[in-house]
Amino acid sequence: MIRNFLIGLVLASFVYIFYNLYVSYEPKTELTGIAAHYAEQGAKEVGAANLVTAVVVTYRGFDTMGEVTILFLTASIIGFFLKLNKKDEKKVIIHKGTSELLVTSAQLLVPIIFLFGVYVFINGHLTPGGGFQGGAIIASGIALLIMANPNKEINHHAILWIESISGIMFVIIGLLGIALAGGFLDNRFISLGTFGDLFSAGAIPLIYSFIGLKVGAEISNILNKYQKSQKES
Amino acid sequence: MEYLNLGKISLLIGFILIIIGFWGILSQKNIIKIIVSFTILDTGINILIVSLGYIKGRTAPIIDASVPQLADHNVLNSIVDPVPQALVLTAIVIGFGVTALLLAYAMKLFKAKRTLEINQFNDLKW
Amino acid sequence: MNNELIYIILALGIGALTIIMAIIAILNKKLSIAVVAAGVVSLFASILYLFMSAPDVAMTEAAIGSGLATLIFFYVLNKIKKYND
Repeated sequence: MIRNFLIGLVLASFVYIFYNLYVSYEPKTELTGIAAHYAEQGAKEVGAANLVTAVVVTYRGFDTMGEVTILFLTASIIGFFLKLNKKDEKKVIIHKGTSELLVTSAQLLVPIIFLFGVYVFINGHLTPGGGFQGGAIIASGIALLIMANPNKEINHHAILWIESISGIMFVIIGLLGIALAGGFLDNRFISLGTFGDLFSAGAIPLIYSFIGLKVGAEISNILNKYQKSQKES
Repeated sequence: MEYLNLGKISLLIGFILIIIGFWGILSQKNIIKIIVSFTILDTGINILIVSLGYIKGRTAPIIDASVPQLADHNVLNSIVDPVPQALVLTAIVIGFGVTALLLAYAMKLFKAKRTLEINQFNDLKW
Repeated sequence: MNNELIYIILALGIGALTIIMAIIAILNKKLSIAVVAAGVVSLFASILYLFMSAPDVAMTEAAIGSGLATLIFFYVLNKIKKYND
């Protein structure tokens, strides 16, 4: 009884705070401050048509590096928690059999899904999308693969190498920015090129491709760990 | 008519989802339900942050044919705020990582006690 | 202006559905229904992002929030079901 009363009290205070915030909120009518600078100078300074990409990769690139680190840490902790012992590792998942439809469509669709993921992160500076979305799309391809065949062994070493190399390359490109241009993750050490071309915006396509590979490998790793944990009894 | 702004409606939806999420976290006793409530809270906060950057009648922050090419003051007057969108982009991915980690903990806890009721985990209570 | 009005009506409808789904996710006793309802909340949220002219965020939410997160929930539910048998 007293528990419900306390919960009600907390929620009522939240409702009160949010009501006041909502009533006093006035929608913005124009860009101000840092957003105005990004909108005005972003295309000239960075050369990316997609301003969200410009903010994520260069202006706030350091945040992105921390974010990728958090994801890596999460994947390692999950790997530590869901570790199987030697005996369980060799077991086979017993399932009722996957449907013909799923198996055939997985064979047909997985390469196309991978291709689409790569397309999304290579064109991250021109169209909506980028490393995170492309990585998630690649990981959903892997998810389709392991759903079609629950005993499928995803090559663990390949995932590990892709992840490590793209993480190291991300940091090396950032350091090249310090050495050759204005600061960490500055993309202007490669020429900006023509605005709107595929090979433009300096190092942004390169950085975002590495972020995409890293995010895709990490999410695939998490999915693989959960898949393998089904073996344990 | 003043209240019928897309930004304000989304702000309200975000607030309501946050309150529902908190309600779930506080009132539910099943660990999986608590994690589900957490994802709803996460979604609510993301909707809230994106709605703060919305400006009525403007397009996405991508400079292409729909935005007059690179004439500076035109870009300034035709796109929404890109900064909240960039923040939410990373927040969603981190939210996924946190959810996966919580579920791994939940599996470990279930293996230890064969139950998901949060009241059963009272080893540190005295 | 007319276009804006259509978006507002759609957003009101989707918002109402989102909130109903969120309440279902919390009140329903069956775990699988709760998980699916939470996935639907994410999916509707991605449509809302699209209305708020944030296509990047909408793509991420649709792929990660409603796809992969729901999948992981089901792996855990399956595991728990196996333990209970």
